[in-house]
Amino acid sequence: MAAQLTAKFPEVKVDWMKERRLKVSTSAMHVKEVGLFARSTLGFDHISTVSGVDWIAKNELEVVYFVGSTTPGQEDFILAISERIARDNPVVPTMVEVWKGAEYHERETHEMFGINFQGHPDQSHLFLPEDWNELPPLRKDYVSPGR
Amino acid sequence: MTLEAEYSPDADRIMSVSLGPQHPGAGHFRIKLWLDGDYVVRSEPDAGYVHRGEEKMSEYRNYIQNVPHLERPVILDSSNILFAYALGVDELMNNKVPQRAQYLRVIMSEANRIISHMYFLAIQGLFLGHTTMITWCMGDRDFWIDLAERIGGARVTFAYIIPGGVRNDIPPSAIEKGLNTCDWFDKRMDEYEKIFFRNPMVHQRSDGIGVLSREDAIAYGATGTVARASGVSVDVRKDEPYSAYEDFEFKTPVMTQGDVYARAYVALLDMRESVKIIRQALKKLPQGPVRLKLGPQPRVPAGEVYSRTEAARGEMSYYIISDGSPRPYRLKIGVPSAKNLRVLPLLLRNVHVADIPPIYWGLNYWPVEADR
Repeated sequence: MAAQLTAKFPEVKVDWMKERRLKVSTSAMHVKEVGLFARSTLGFDHISTVSGVDWIAKNELEVVYFVGSTTPGQEDFILAISERIARDNPVVPTMVEVWKGAEYHERETHEMFGINFQGHPDQSHLFLPEDWNELPPLRKDYVSPGR
Repeated sequence: MTLEAEYSPDADRIMSVSLGPQHPGAGHFRIKLWLDGDYVVRSEPDAGYVHRGEEKMSEYRNYIQNVPHLERPVILDSSNILFAYALGVDELMNNKVPQRAQYLRVIMSEANRIISHMYFLAIQGLFLGHTTMITWCMGDRDFWIDLAERIGGARVTFAYIIPGGVRNDIPPSAIEKGLNTCDWFDKRMDEYEKIFFRNPMVHQRSDGIGVLSREDAIAYGATGTVARASGVSVDVRKDEPYSAYEDFEFKTPVMTQGDVYARAYVALLDMRESVKIIRQALKKLPQGPVRLKLGPQPRVPAGEVYSRTEAARGEMSYYIISDGSPRPYRLKIGVPSAKNLRVLPLLLRNVHVADIPPIYWGLNYWPVEADR
């Protein structure tokens, strides 16, 4: 699997979080191609979770898509597709066209980290109040009240 | 596309209505509905009324302090949400959890699955107009809560499955009580089949209602009972056996109709498997210690982990990043209710208003779990 990915996309970096957990680090430019390849060729047919990470010391934001598979023999495999972008202008392409299930996960990542998913059908607030106008709460420089 | 253009030549016919957030069935959750007479033409879920920032809170507390508040989102299924967390932290710390603790984790997790499914079936019975089901299920659920109390010492939130094992050993009386409860419950489930699942009225109200196709279930990332009722055989216990699940014989129940009836019936079949697992675990329970001594502020090496378990509602996953400090750098909870939420607007389309409650509840959606 790792060899297939690096053969197709020489620019990606792959490392194993552990057995059957492969993390693929790519850029916002290539993430959609990697996603399409993972879905159509490698058989990762559904999204499990999307997570944002704020690397404030490096001035970067990370988006990780955890995708799973229902292909027999591959159900235990989780592929993590990760991309990093600059913190000041976090724009990444949406993956809704690759996995429809990404829609609400990306909406959540948008409101919690302030990451803009280009091409997303609806980025209104899902969990936060409509009138929330402070920093996105899961960014490291947002401090919870009382802390 | 505008709503008018999509649905009706006559825009005045469409009425928008809010269901919730104070609706007794919807819980702390709102569904925006667009109605044409008695028909729902479009719907949009509006979550977040009980969002309390569990993920942010976790970044302020150490790995042990996180245990009690992380189980709060799913009080019906509190062991299973902690199970995935404990697995994740154990993996980061490279803990060798004792075998007896693994078995006790499985027993508690399966008991919690039954407690959660019983609540689900009770309310589904209510929504389908079957009063006996809610009284029976709520009553019988209490016997499982009694067993869980004997094991974990509390009735709702147990904080039982913790990093390094389980919080305490069980009293010897719990084994006999557990086996008796299993035997009794097998007979009770036969009666549920007779009174509810073979009831023509229940069939009439739920067959072919809210059908989710297999393709959509996969594409939209449905999980748990919702996916299994649509013919997708997903079960983390089988796909990626964790803890002691490899030691037990059980099946993953799958149905193909994908309607409200199938989603309820899969829950019953799930409980039958849970009883089998609990019985085997109680009979084979090994001797030995039940927890590792981790101390109040354990050292967790830097690293990242993605752990998952099969909770009552589906795949529960944690993404934990540790930077070597006493607190998690990032903790993401991937809850099954949030994964199934995207399915709701697909199902609430071209259905009668009267079918909204069973379709909504059939997803086994728990607002507090989804919001976190």
